[in-house]
Amino acid sequence: MRRIMINFEKCLGCHSCELACAVVHSDNQNLLGALMEKKIPMSRVVVGRSGTTNYPLQCRHCSDARCIKACLAGALYRDPKTLTVQQYVQKCVGCWMCIMACPFGLIAENTNGKTAGKCDLCTDRDIPACVNACLTGALVFEETANYNKQKRLDYLIEFPKKEEVSANE
Amino acid sequence: MSNNLKSIDSASVEMIEKARQDKVEIVWDRWEAQQPQCGFGELGICCKICLQGPCRINPFGEPKHGICGATADTIVARNLLRSVTGGTATHVDHAYEAVEILGLAVEGKVPYGIKDIGKLNAVASKLGLETENRTPQELAEKIVKIAFGDFGNSSGNPMRWLTATAPAERLEVWKNLGILPRNPDREIRAALHQSTMGVDADPVNLLLATAKLGLVDGYAGLHLGTDIQDIVFGTPQPVKTEANLGVLKPNCVNIVVHGHIPFFSEKMVEWTEKLEEEARLAGAEGIQLAGMCCTGNEVLMRQGIPSAGNYLNQELAIITGAVDALVVDVQCIMPSLARIAACYHTKVITTMPIAKMPGAEHVEFTPHEADACAQKIVRKAIEAYQSRDRSRVRIPDYKAEVWGGFSVEAIVGALKSVNPEDPLQPLVENIKNGNILGAVGVVGCNNVKTTQDYNTVELVKALLKENVLVVATGCAAHGLGKAGLLNPEGTKKYAGEGLKAVLTAVGNAAGLNDPLPPVLHMGSCVDNSRIEDLLAALAGYLGVAMKDLPVAASAPELHHEKALSIGTWAVALGVLTHVGLVPPVLGSPLMTRLLTSDLEQLVGGKFYVETDPVKAAAGIAEHIRQKRRVLGI
Repeated sequence: MRRIMINFEKCLGCHSCELACAVVHSDNQNLLGALMEKKIPMSRVVVGRSGTTNYPLQCRHCSDARCIKACLAGALYRDPKTLTVQQYVQKCVGCWMCIMACPFGLIAENTNGKTAGKCDLCTDRDIPACVNACLTGALVFEETANYNKQKRLDYLIEFPKKEEVSANE
Repeated sequence: MSNNLKSIDSASVEMIEKARQDKVEIVWDRWEAQQPQCGFGELGICCKICLQGPCRINPFGEPKHGICGATADTIVARNLLRSVTGGTATHVDHAYEAVEILGLAVEGKVPYGIKDIGKLNAVASKLGLETENRTPQELAEKIVKIAFGDFGNSSGNPMRWLTATAPAERLEVWKNLGILPRNPDREIRAALHQSTMGVDADPVNLLLATAKLGLVDGYAGLHLGTDIQDIVFGTPQPVKTEANLGVLKPNCVNIVVHGHIPFFSEKMVEWTEKLEEEARLAGAEGIQLAGMCCTGNEVLMRQGIPSAGNYLNQELAIITGAVDALVVDVQCIMPSLARIAACYHTKVITTMPIAKMPGAEHVEFTPHEADACAQKIVRKAIEAYQSRDRSRVRIPDYKAEVWGGFSVEAIVGALKSVNPEDPLQPLVENIKNGNILGAVGVVGCNNVKTTQDYNTVELVKALLKENVLVVATGCAAHGLGKAGLLNPEGTKKYAGEGLKAVLTAVGNAAGLNDPLPPVLHMGSCVDNSRIEDLLAALAGYLGVAMKDLPVAASAPELHHEKALSIGTWAVALGVLTHVGLVPPVLGSPLMTRLLTSDLEQLVGGKFYVETDPVKAAAGIAEHIRQKRRVLGI
C-alpha cells in the first residue's frame, strides 16, 4: 500500500501542503475560488515544528486505528480496498471521541463545526494533493517497503564513513 | 503543456519547438519547474518586510496575524504599496534621465537636440511659460528647470507637472482625498517608510498612499517622460512597418534592441544606418535593426523600426540563431538571456550601469559618449555576424504589417482631414450616434501564466465586434501587431459595422485609400500618458468629467510592477481598469473589496478582475453602455 512518507530534513516549512489540502477539499478546486466559499474548506495536514525540524503531518491511517475503535457513531471505518481510515461524514455526530483517541492529534474539528475532519489520503486522486504541492520532496507518496529500502541504502552509503571516523578516534 | 497553449503566435510556437530540439531551457520550462507556486505569495499574505518574518497568514485557519500583529489586510496593503512604488520608481527614474539629457543637450554637452519645436511650445504653454520671443534653447532650459523643480520641491505644494497636466476636476478629487503628490522622490521615499515594519497598519490609509504613488507614476513618470522624449526625438506621426520574428533577415546583421530607453535606441537607429557599409564589407547585405518591448515601441513609433515581438519573444529571438546582438537597457530583461545566448553565437550586450548580467558583455552607454557607444555596439554585432552558424539558423516566416505612430497629435491630425476646424467633432459625433460604442486602452505585458497574446487578442477582437475603438501600448500593442490588428485589413476583418464605417471614412479623408487600423498603436508603456491626453481632450470637448466617459482600460496579460502602478493611476483617473490575471491581493477580503468596488466611490474608477478575455470584453462593453446611459447617449 502506498502511504504518504515524510523526509523530515527536506521540509522548509512553507505550508504549501496545507493550502493544497484545503483547496482539494473545496467545492471550487482552486485556491482563489476556495477562499470565496461560504464555509472555508479544512486543511487536513499540519506543518509542526520541534527543535529545528519541521514536521508536515496528516492522519497516518494506522493499521491498528484507535480512532475507529473510539468512534461511537460508527462513522470511521477501514476502507477494504485502500486499507485507509475513512469517514462517513453523514454518520459523524461530532462527539470528538476520535480527536481524543488519536495519539498524534491529527484529527480535528472540521471548519463546519459539526463533524470531525481528517486526511482521506485523496483516494480519488493519483497522488495526494499535499504531496503534489511539496516542492522539495519532503512529502512523497510511495510503498512503505520502498521507503525503508531507500533508507537502508542511504544508511549503508554513510556506514563505511562512520566506521572510518570511529577507527580514527 | 503543448506548445499551442504557450502562445497563439505561430512564430513563437515554432521557436519554442526549436528550443526543445536545441535542448535550451526557456521561460515556459522554468515556469513548469516552478509549479506549484506558493499560495501565500499568490494571495499577497506573505510578509518579508522585517527579519522576524517571513510571516504568513493562513486563509483556512490559524495564524491570522503576523509576528508583529499585522493582519492579512495590513500585509496585503503594505505589499501592494511596495509593488506600486517599485513600478513608479522605474518610470520616474526613466523620466528623470530624460530631463537630465534635455538639460545637457541645451548646454550642448551631449549629442542630442530639440527636434520638435511644436511640442516644446505645447509643453511650455501647459506649464504656463511665455513662449513669445524666446528661443527654443531658452524654453527648454525653463522646462528642465521646472521638471527638476518638482524633484527638489521642498514645499508642501503639489508637483507642477501634475497640476499643469491633469484636468481641474481630477485635481479637486485628489486634493479632497489628500493624495496630491508633492515631490516624486519624496513620495517614493515616504511610501517605503510608510510600508515598513511598524509604521502604517491601516489598509485604507495604505491604499490612499498607493493611489498617490499611482499619480506620481502618471505625472512624474509617464507624462514627464513622453513630453521630454517628444521634444528631443519628435512627436510620433503615422508610420508603416512590420512585426514578429520574421522581420529578421537571413543575410543581414540582425541587431535587436530590447528594454525601454529611447535615448539609447535612437542612437542605435542612427548608427546602424551610418555603419551599414561596414556590414557589407563583412559580407552581409546590410543591417536589420528590430525592436522589442518598449524600446522597440519607441523606435517603431518615431522611426518605423520593425518589431521583433514582445516580452515572451526575447529568448525566442536568440533561438532563431539569426540575432547577432541583443542589446538591452533596463526593465523586463530576462536574466536568462546570457545563458541562452551562450548556446548560440548571439552577443548579449548590456548598456546601463544599473542593469548588468553575468555572462553578458557590458558596453556602458552614457549620454556624453552616446555616439561612440552605439558605434562600438554595432561593430560588435557585425563581428558576431561573421561567426554565425548558418546550420542553426531558422527564422520563422511570420510577420504582419503594422501601422504605428498614433500620438494624440497624429490622431487629431488624421481627424483634421475630416473636419479641419473642429477635429474632435467627428469622433465625438460618432460616439454620440453609437457608431463607436466607446474606447478602451489595452496595455501591459505578457505573462507566462497565460497563453502568450491570447488574452489580449481575444479581448480586443471581442471589443472590436462591439464597435469599441481600441488604442494600445506596450507589449499588448506588439501582440496585437503580430496578430494583424494594427493594419487596415484588421479593420475589415474584425471591426463592427459602425466602427468600420468611421475608420474607413477617416482613412479615406486622410488620403490613405484604406481604413485606419482598428487598434491605434500609441506607443510604449510610458506613452500611456498619451491615452490620458486623449481622454482629457474628449472629456473637455464633451464638458464632462473623465470618469463619466464611456471608456475603460485593460491590462489583459500583466506581469510587471509597472503595470500595477500604471493601473493604479488609471483607476485614480476614474477609469474602470480590467486586469486579466489576479494580482496578489485576494488574501485580504477587505482590500479585494476596496480595490474592486469601494474605490469607485472615492475616485470614480476601480479594478475589474476577469481572467476570461471574452467575459472581460462583455463586462467592459456593459460598463461602457452604462456610462452611455448616464450621459444620455
